Amino acid sequence: MNKLTTLSYFIFLLPFLGFIINGLFLKQSHKKLAGFLSVALNGAAALIAIYLAFNYFQSGVAPGRMILWQKDFLSFAPSLIASVGLLLDPLSAMMLVVITFISFAVHIYSIGYMKEDRSTTRFFSFLSLFTFSMLSLVVAPNLFQTFFFWELVGISSYLLIGFWYEKPAAVSASKQAFILTRFADSFFLLGIILVSFIIGSFDFYDLNTLSLSSLLGEINLGIITITKAKALFVASILIFIGGWGKSAMFPMHIWLPNAMEGPTPVSSIIHSATMVVAGVYLVARLFPFFSLFSDTLHLIMVVGIFTAVFAAVIACTQKDIKRILAYSTLSQLGYMMFALGSTSVIIEGQAAINTLGYSASVFHIFTHAFFKCMLFLIAGSLIHAVHSNDLDQMGGLGRKMPWTYAATLIGCLAISGIPPFSGFFSKDEILIATLEGKHFIVFGLALFTSGLTAFYMFRLFFLAFHGNMRSPHASHIKESFSMTFPIVMLAIPSFLGGYLFKKVFLKFYLPGYLPASDLFSSSISVHWVPFAASLVAIIGIVFAWVSYGRPYANVKKALDETNRNQFYKWIYHKFYFDEIYYAFVRQFIFRGFSAFVRFFEDYVIGGAVKGSVFIIKKAGELVRESQSGFTPFYLGTLVVGLLLWRFLGNLPV
Amino acid sequence: MTLLNCLLLSFILFGIGIFGLLRRRHLVAMLISIEIMLNAANMNFITFAYFSAEDSSAGAVFNLFVIAVTACEMAIALAIVVSMYRRRHSLDVNELRSLHE
Repeated sequence: MNKLTTLSYFIFLLPFLGFIINGLFLKQSHKKLAGFLSVALNGAAALIAIYLAFNYFQSGVAPGRMILWQKDFLSFAPSLIASVGLLLDPLSAMMLVVITFISFAVHIYSIGYMKEDRSTTRFFSFLSLFTFSMLSLVVAPNLFQTFFFWELVGISSYLLIGFWYEKPAAVSASKQAFILTRFADSFFLLGIILVSFIIGSFDFYDLNTLSLSSLLGEINLGIITITKAKALFVASILIFIGGWGKSAMFPMHIWLPNAMEGPTPVSSIIHSATMVVAGVYLVARLFPFFSLFSDTLHLIMVVGIFTAVFAAVIACTQKDIKRILAYSTLSQLGYMMFALGSTSVIIEGQAAINTLGYSASVFHIFTHAFFKCMLFLIAGSLIHAVHSNDLDQMGGLGRKMPWTYAATLIGCLAISGIPPFSGFFSKDEILIATLEGKHFIVFGLALFTSGLTAFYMFRLFFLAFHGNMRSPHASHIKESFSMTFPIVMLAIPSFLGGYLFKKVFLKFYLPGYLPASDLFSSSISVHWVPFAASLVAIIGIVFAWVSYGRPYANVKKALDETNRNQFYKWIYHKFYFDEIYYAFVRQFIFRGFSAFVRFFEDYVIGGAVKGSVFIIKKAGELVRESQSGFTPFYLGTLVVGLLLWRFLGNLPV
Repeated sequence: MTLLNCLLLSFILFGIGIFGLLRRRHLVAMLISIEIMLNAANMNFITFAYFSAEDSSAGAVFNLFVIAVTACEMAIALAIVVSMYRRRHSLDVNELRSLHE
């Protein structure tokens, strides 16, 4: 136990050390050193995380909670103390392994990808900071620490998305990401305040083990007095809004595709293990709390399924390879969200919680992280090879990049949910969970999305790797070791992860602390769902092959976005959401609110400042004028002063 | 020779000194004016010693001390004047305004 505690410190210290050393002590010219240092530190952290998780599951405590250390940090009141600590339970153990492993892979990849960049050291430093903050976020035993590192994750993603700060698009994308998530975070903070006010604790344990009796009674919130149940319901919605923005659910989704302006390794780590998963993680972490309010769960489900379908539809038409993957991430995050939301079931008029949805969602976080990270790294390799994000410029790369080709095939099959690849198992469980909860519309939409997913992933696959070469750089494309190795390394869990870990997830990943009477686990197993899901995915793949993959497919026509009907254009332009946001921000915020603020700033605050400056300046001039520098003047004043003092100063004569 | 006459003389001397100090722009002239004012003070010393003190020699001794101290003072002041002249080639007080800017 003590050994584990000591080791657990190192998981955070190592990435943080990477941040400090790279950020402060290495010059920009120490590229190799910076890269190898970060890789070594993060590799060590990954090993420790795996060891820790292994020991945790072996120890017999699982699926219970284990606090390795905890210290008081801020005490707001004697009864309300925010502490920092390390909480180990199945969820955080899984996240620790996923984050460190993926961060390790991305660091290796970055050595190759950022080789020609002029500030590689800064990049590695930020990447380590990102890893550090996400690691500290997932092991937080209380809401306060979560929020603390939640913001740090936001800041490091801001730094990384805007890494190429000389690119205006990157700068605006980073600002957009920061402001949008910050907007959502303010609701999260309100939720935390409300919850801590009502319950008197930040601790997840207290939140997740709320007894029904604590929901009774009324509470005075200063302005209004409402029942505690209602206040906590509002708080649960507010906290969910935090996760809503962080996970880029509709309509706060636009920052995620735009964040593609950052370097590809950043997109990879944001999309798989760090930034966006934090939202889903938060809902999963507080799941027993959320499950007290079936309306909140419904909201989560509706938001999730809508985002899943919406993003999948957009992904089908995009030409930028990273944007396709970004929308696919949105869609998969939607899957995780609605899996968590669809856990509320009604049996015989009684609300209950279906545990399968929870474990399926967490399982999907796990499998999705590996193949999505890999797909992004592949996208980076392709971009590196053809110097363009555009599918127009790719095609026929399969022959040049055999390892990448094989890995992409694994990744695409995994995300489409074809057995026995990892995505199949988790997706399958999500579908079964929705069906068991009798959410038939959600089930239908999820199945449809699954087909769309297969379609757009194989669209990407065929367009990038099959057909004729359309790139002018085709002649000197080759795979480099540091960029191919992490891809191959991630292909293994993408392939086997689902099969190997399904039992673990079904056994340990239950929403703990809920009274057993509220839990529901279906006795009827739905045998036809896996077949249906695979069939839909195969139909999607066939569609993709017919349109883009077969030898006579008219790729040029398929990629043309101008001569299209109105409907296609709508989708291609992402339903004009960027434009709507732009117009809203411009008309309503810039012209309306900001103009008022500016007026206030200019005339009220600025006026006060300018007025006081004017007075001080005038007074200063007055004093300065008397200091003429003429010695006789000083002497004269001296004499006159003495005389005045003598005769008017009531001196004794 | 009455007390009043003597005091009037020293008052006039003092006035001349002040006038010179304020009016003259040359540093050496200003030093001379200060010297005149000092002498006016000395004059007062002697006057009061002569007319009112029991032992008039005490005032005269004091006077000698003041003259000695003044001589030292003047030596320093003249040294400053000389070095200032070397530095700026002018002893016009109205031009010595570098602290003002």
